[in-house]
Amino acid sequence: MKKNSKKSHAEGHSKGLSRRGFLRGAGLTTAGTVVFTTGVQAFEAHTQPAKGTSFGPGSIGIEMKVNGRMQSLTVEPRTTLATALRDHLSLTGTKVVCDRGSCSACTVFIDGKPVNACITMALDVGDREVITIEGIARNGELHPVQEAFIEHDASQCGYCTPGMVMSCVHLLENEENPSLEDVKAATRGNLCRCGTYPHVFKATLSAAEKMK
Amino acid sequence: MEKRKEIFPLGIPGHNLGEIEREIDNTEPPAWPINEELKEVGKRINRIDARAKVTGQAKYTSDMQLPGMLYAKFLRANVPHATIRSIDTSKAENLPGVHAVHIVRNTSEEGEASETFPGVKYVGQPLAGVAADTLDIAKEAVSLIEVNYDEKSFVIDLEDAMQPDAPLVFDAPMGAQVDGGDVGVVHEGDKGEGNLRGPSTSSFYGGPRGDVEQGFAEADVIVEQTYRTQVHTHMPLETHGVVIDWTSDEMLVYASTQNTANVRNELADYFDLPKSKVRVICDFMGGGFGAKHSAGSFGPMAATLSKKTGRPVWLMIDRKEEHLAEGNRPNSIQTLKIGARNDGTLTAIDQKSYGTAGVGLGAGVGRVAQVLYECPNFRTEQYDVLTHAGPGAAWRAPGNVQGAFGVEQAIDELAEKLSMDPLALRDKIDKSEVRRVERMRGAERFGWSQRKKAGSSQGTIKKGMGMAQSCWPRFVTLNSSVEVRVLNDGSVEIRSSVQDIGTGTKTVLAQVVAEELGLKTTDITVRIGDTLFPDGPGSGGSVVTGSITPPARNAAYEVKMKLFEQLAAKWETESGKLVARDGQILHIEDASKKIAFKEALRGMRTGQITATASRTNDYGGFQQPWGLAYGDLGSVQFAEVSVNTDTGFVKVDRIVAAHSCGRPLNIGQLESQINGGVIQGVSYALYENRVMDSSTGHFMNANAHQYKVPYSMEIPEIEIEIVEEYTASSSTDAYGIGEPANIATAVAIANAVYNAIGVRIYEIPITPARILKALNKVYE
Repeated sequence: MKKNSKKSHAEGHSKGLSRRGFLRGAGLTTAGTVVFTTGVQAFEAHTQPAKGTSFGPGSIGIEMKVNGRMQSLTVEPRTTLATALRDHLSLTGTKVVCDRGSCSACTVFIDGKPVNACITMALDVGDREVITIEGIARNGELHPVQEAFIEHDASQCGYCTPGMVMSCVHLLENEENPSLEDVKAATRGNLCRCGTYPHVFKATLSAAEKMK
Repeated sequence: MEKRKEIFPLGIPGHNLGEIEREIDNTEPPAWPINEELKEVGKRINRIDARAKVTGQAKYTSDMQLPGMLYAKFLRANVPHATIRSIDTSKAENLPGVHAVHIVRNTSEEGEASETFPGVKYVGQPLAGVAADTLDIAKEAVSLIEVNYDEKSFVIDLEDAMQPDAPLVFDAPMGAQVDGGDVGVVHEGDKGEGNLRGPSTSSFYGGPRGDVEQGFAEADVIVEQTYRTQVHTHMPLETHGVVIDWTSDEMLVYASTQNTANVRNELADYFDLPKSKVRVICDFMGGGFGAKHSAGSFGPMAATLSKKTGRPVWLMIDRKEEHLAEGNRPNSIQTLKIGARNDGTLTAIDQKSYGTAGVGLGAGVGRVAQVLYECPNFRTEQYDVLTHAGPGAAWRAPGNVQGAFGVEQAIDELAEKLSMDPLALRDKIDKSEVRRVERMRGAERFGWSQRKKAGSSQGTIKKGMGMAQSCWPRFVTLNSSVEVRVLNDGSVEIRSSVQDIGTGTKTVLAQVVAEELGLKTTDITVRIGDTLFPDGPGSGGSVVTGSITPPARNAAYEVKMKLFEQLAAKWETESGKLVARDGQILHIEDASKKIAFKEALRGMRTGQITATASRTNDYGGFQQPWGLAYGDLGSVQFAEVSVNTDTGFVKVDRIVAAHSCGRPLNIGQLESQINGGVIQGVSYALYENRVMDSSTGHFMNANAHQYKVPYSMEIPEIEIEIVEEYTASSSTDAYGIGEPANIATAVAIANAVYNAIGVRIYEIPITPARILKALNKVYE
């Protein structure tokens, strides 16, 4: 898939923080992190071992930037990012379905890249910024992908929807003219048991048109 | 009750639309015209809760966080058959952060009264539960519990379990399970020998007909074959579970359920509480597909832990537990023999099936063979076989999906033997008018005329076309009630315990009430999935739309008439001369008498006008008084496949699905459900399969990565043809689509695979190995 830089959507849509700024991000910095993406890149691993400090087993305080705000939380080192978001920050839009990185229901962006929060450790996030489904709409204004999901009935039970929206938002932020095959590739890791895929495809292609 | 006569639309627009006069109760609202003339109903209206879903704001049971809440985890058996000598929980109890441990005790329901613990009968059976500060601590505590088993021999495979010397799963009588599958009239669990139970020989459509042997003697052509289907699990994305806060006042239960009222009833019964002291809430629900009607074992466990600790308890099971213990569609080995005359007329159908729902019952093959086609001579024997595996549960058109896989391949084979087109044969033997239209419109859209002779496709990748059809009974739950209230600021609220499991129930309720009150769907607030409100139906059997939308309309009508009476008194006119339309209330003769709906409410004496209505009988009566309606919900599906004859890989390229559900209420949501039924059918035909290790009794692919279901790359192009059909049955004349969408797909694919390669596959899933074996490309 070819990469296009976005022209005007990000600036036009977001108020305050530039969407493009945090979605594109600065790449991975923390050692030891394994990142699965939901499509655009299949697999990316950082094999450098973590240096020095050991933590745990007791809880420790960490700071994490989530949806534009610094958050302080106290977690055990074994806490996953999904658990930190859901149980510590009450950001329950991120869903845990398979709990081992194979269904993408827990997709969040770390410095703009989609990762599975269920197999990312909270401590590994470091100083990178996390964007969850709750951070996709800005000031009550929905992202075009969210608008299109509503219009094309692209959710049934809705449990896969946050992850599905994240995958499609990531695609459209990186690809201006996606084909049906691109949408399928971008959502190929997203499990939907209700079988809502055809409407997800339609919605995403329609959102791409509107974002032009 | 006073009656009046009304003219209703009857039939299929564009085909045979006409009218019928029905005598109805005076409390029923006037007849609606066909959808074309309505404003909110039958349209593409956005799901009213879609915004909550796409923003992550929707709160599911698993998302609930109550003050002081503990997280609970089950300990489950890791052997398939055993008695338990002892359970040592001391290490778990001493782990910091653990608040309570509860061991499941034998309730002697299984005839093993002398034992302290229930007998272990499958890997994954719940034995104990732990409540702790975090889920991680609860998991660790569970790993510290020591169980001393006295292991026994066990049996996993269906055919092994049928042997006379097979280890017995139950050595005492057993009852039918709440969540059981559908075998028509459920036979008694104590009937049968060894691990065999049954047979079931009848359904609510009756028992055997005619003389089957005589029928075969009259046949010119006979098709006889054995078909096999696999066990597959529901795998809803949100697992089974509850969050329970049991205080001294009441038990508050958040449940991921298809039936809030039933979960309340079960918990009230289990703990001997009045129903009024148990409140069950399900606002958003992450998928069920038939398996989520009960409080299960997680309900009582969470309630007990909540009582022990005095704190709310979160107990959602994990992915593996979901696969092991919370339901599956039983497998089947079916033999089917069908006889026909040279003109296609069927003379006899004889069906015999064996299936296993593990430690549960309900492994029949449904009613498709009994009722889809006219045939004077019919017999079925459907046996359950008990095995040491997790219990089955209803799974989208229970039994009938398995049954259709045999019947519709047999009819396809029969058509070929008779040198008839499969559609022409069905035109001859299927008396359903709506399916006739579906075959016609579906075939046109699909391009059925392009279908080639079986096996004639050239090259390595062979293309094939096939079709199949299905029936599903129209039934309704008479215990379906809903309250509609209009507040004095003009806002409107709908209240019922009925839940929206993702099918769009909230939205169709709002549409129906909006249509009746002359408002917009978005004007209506829908509060459902809460047992504080009147009992709604369970979301199973495709009953919800047909059960709950008529009382919703009737309640809205009653509220409207009360409002009209107040307004008529003020305007010194008759209430019968008022109508509600486009957000206004108008006098039909006097244009000066007009008021906005909201304004009309301001002058009310009370803060609200409210009415509760329940499902009334169908206008033309029922086939069975408990709510079995006349007619059926028919579907015809067409499949186009590509089969790679080198690799054995099958790809479904395209499905055309023609469906009817009475009066369609929301087109987008109907398409969504049909897409879902089709995709689950593709999955059943080609991919998913519970793999059991018969030497250990373990489920080997109990996860999301080895349990193969379709993702985006396997989704065929799906075209949907919705056939409107009016039957003048109720005030909305609408029915559901959940089950019909799923019945015909797998067998349509099997027929298409045959058309592609010229060899029939009698067993699903149709894996590359099975294709290559059928093509004699591998040797065993």
